[in-house]
Amino acid sequence: MTESVRIEGLHKSFGELEVLKGIDLVVDSHEVVCLIGASGSGKSTLLRCIDLLEPIDAGRIVIDGLDITSRGVDQNAVRRRVGIVFQAFNLFPHMTVLRNVALAPMRVLKRSQENADERARHLLERFGLVDKADEFPDRLSGGQQQRVAIARALAMDPDVMLLDEVTSALDPVLVAEVLDAIRELADQGMTMVIATHEMGFASDVARRVAFLHEGRILEDGPPERIFREPAEPETRAFLDRIIAAGRM
Amino acid sequence: MLGGGETSGRNVWIAVGSTVLFFGILAIVVVRSPGWPEIKQQFFNGQEFKESFPLILRKFVRNIFIFCVAEVFVLLFALVLAVLRSLPGPVFTPLRILSAAYTDLFRGLPTILVILLLGFGAPALNLQGVPVSPYFWAIVALTLVYSAYVAEVYRAGIQSIHPSQVASARSLGLTRWQSMRFVILPQAVRRVIPPLLNDFIGLQKDSALIFFLGLVEGLGEANIISSGDFNFTPYVALSVIYIAITIPQARFVDRLIARDQRRRQAGGDL
Repeated sequence: MTESVRIEGLHKSFGELEVLKGIDLVVDSHEVVCLIGASGSGKSTLLRCIDLLEPIDAGRIVIDGLDITSRGVDQNAVRRRVGIVFQAFNLFPHMTVLRNVALAPMRVLKRSQENADERARHLLERFGLVDKADEFPDRLSGGQQQRVAIARALAMDPDVMLLDEVTSALDPVLVAEVLDAIRELADQGMTMVIATHEMGFASDVARRVAFLHEGRILEDGPPERIFREPAEPETRAFLDRIIAAGRM
Repeated sequence: MLGGGETSGRNVWIAVGSTVLFFGILAIVVVRSPGWPEIKQQFFNGQEFKESFPLILRKFVRNIFIFCVAEVFVLLFALVLAVLRSLPGPVFTPLRILSAAYTDLFRGLPTILVILLLGFGAPALNLQGVPVSPYFWAIVALTLVYSAYVAEVYRAGIQSIHPSQVASARSLGLTRWQSMRFVILPQAVRRVIPPLLNDFIGLQKDSALIFFLGLVEGLGEANIISSGDFNFTPYVALSVIYIAITIPQARFVDRLIARDQRRRQAGGDL
């Protein structure tokens, strides 16, 4: 298996607060890795660093053999190859669904509008949204908006997809449709790093689960081992809290 | 709509009644004041109005020309100022400082001073190629002053767009400039249309200040007629023209806002 993402000794602080305290993580091509951990453990920051949305303080991130954190790297080119979907959807409210999806292929990849629209419709169809193509995002449910956001990221044909708690802002009844969309991506072999609180989903879709605690990956391994017999007491405590909250 | 049809029907009648009563009393007080006949003769002279109004309107076309041209330049120049000031990163510090200094300077100067300094100063340089037309300098002065205000309006709009919009634009590979152009500015401009039009109404009114450059526009014409006839009615006629052009614009803005809200609210509770 070839390596898709390699993270070595990644440190990141916001002022005095050190959020990531030396992260090492390797994600293979076509692998799905779920990041679990309490809020504030650094999951989102890690994902934002991989997409170069946050400058890092130390360490390096290599994607498909290219050190994206070295000087002189075309950051826009990197972001083109890495798709990210946010907790709050972040669709562009002044554009229709179709324009949201077709914008970056047109402006960044310089595709013709015809070509970009056709591909965008194709993606929307895949996620059951083609009848919403000409609606504005505000008119869609949260689940629909999040699926549009996934389609928008996929429109750039990314090598890696980063999903940042994409179901946390959704009504429980809408979670399933978004998870189904992600499951389909996993089945098709998309390389993904997923920060999530959905433990059932994680154990179902992930080949590996990494537990983040206070800015470090305390342990990672196959979901059945992490969930059934965690090695670290912090992991156990976290999972106990999740179970008590009825989320597993 | 709160309440049933009957209640709202009664409310309309109460509103009409109290309005008529209020303005009726006001009118009676004014008309019965000891100075009213004199005021009526001096300011609300029907004959004078009828004669002066078309003359003033003809010269007011010059105001319209000046403020329309100035508005186009203000829209563009202010946008440049606002974008410069919103550029992130330490490299652009000089540009940000320049833009901020410009805004401070021209918001701090009375418009009339800018008009006088440029309108009389610049042509007096006698430099080859420097226009001497008061139209030109009136447009320049109004553009310089109002760009400072409108730049602040744009900037407020740009800052009101949530940073997550930039993050999601950049994450798709769009450059800083593309994010600004396709994601931030379209949303920002839409949000600031009402305050922007407010500033334009201000600009239109300030077009009367070119009077001081000796250019016979609306106010100049009113002034000539007024001093010839020893009557102030021409000023009232000019006031009527100003009101007639600004009120429709205010209503237009209201409609824009209402339309935007309708679009956002439709289906928003899904």
